[in-house]
Amino acid sequence: MTQTFDADFLVRWLAAVAEAVDREADRLTELDSAIGDADHGANLRRGFAAVTETLAKDPPATPGAVLTAAGRQLISTVGGASGPLYGTLLRRTGKTLGDDERVTRERLAEALGSGVAAVSQLGGAQVGDKTMIDALVPAVEGLRGSFGAARAAAEEGALATVPLRARKGRASYLGERSVGHQDPGATSSALLFAALDEIARTETSGTEGAS
Amino acid sequence: MSAGSGPGAGAVRPGATGSGSGSGADSESGSGSVGIVLVSHSAAVATAVAGLARGLAGGGDLAPILPAGGTPDGGLGTSSELISEAAKAVDRGAGVAILVDLGSAVLTVKALLAEGDELPEASRLVDAPFVEGAVAALVTASAGGDLDAVAAAASEAYAYRKE
Repeated sequence: MTQTFDADFLVRWLAAVAEAVDREADRLTELDSAIGDADHGANLRRGFAAVTETLAKDPPATPGAVLTAAGRQLISTVGGASGPLYGTLLRRTGKTLGDDERVTRERLAEALGSGVAAVSQLGGAQVGDKTMIDALVPAVEGLRGSFGAARAAAEEGALATVPLRARKGRASYLGERSVGHQDPGATSSALLFAALDEIARTETSGTEGAS
Repeated sequence: MSAGSGPGAGAVRPGATGSGSGSGADSESGSGSVGIVLVSHSAAVATAVAGLARGLAGGGDLAPILPAGGTPDGGLGTSSELISEAAKAVDRGAGVAILVDLGSAVLTVKALLAEGDELPEASRLVDAPFVEGAVAALVTASAGGDLDAVAAAASEAYAYRKE
């Protein structure tokens, strides 16, 4: 039988993202100080901490509502470009999931695909522009296969930004000097999918047979 | 270059108050006029540009214009809360024109317009240079222009070349 995931699974995913962002904040900021304005780690840490707090205080009933609330929180707390970008990713994904109480991995992949398309439209970035899109697009493709494949594809996508020349955002002002640095947004996007894989593993081992 | 010279030309004619009722109405009440919000990464920039626009827009009743700059704690950045508060405060039912500086200011307003309910119904991100656009928008809104006219005047400020 196909495994399905409820609102609580999404809440635990975002809590795991908050932990990962907190753990990696210094690294994200270091990457961002090379080609950005050195606030990515602190901004995301503040944003996802607020998300975790909001969701713990008032847990929404459906996976879609969890992501919509989280996206709204990110837009209002982050203060940098990653707020509206990640906020739009989660909010659009949540809206696409609708009111379903449980969702399959395939359904989540499909919804995240619409979220990534919204991010791409918002920022005007395509694959190869050295942005979070370079990790998100392959990750969503990977998620159609498995959580592990999504994680691996996101990490590979983030690493693949190193030789690219930035064409969007503040890093694009640097031109050729952006080459040789890993994009901080693609790096944090990979953290999202690493956390998703991590939570999915505990879900599988903890509730084997229950679904 | 007639379009580009608009803001400057209108700015130094304080007598051009055709719409003024002479009743001494609160200059910020702007009943029925388009509201303007200026979003910058810096509170100082947003506040100063709003002041500059008010000063250059001349006499008579001015349309409501408010800055939404920086983060709530006074740092550099973009705050959806400050933007949404300012937009609600300048909303007189004729729409709100939002001018932005760059980066997260653009993305935040776009994200709020695309997905959320945080902004008044007829809010619009106006594609315009920040300083010149603010002046053109305020002059046009104060003269009773609708949202289309305000947005067009602000965008036209791009056409004014400086050499």
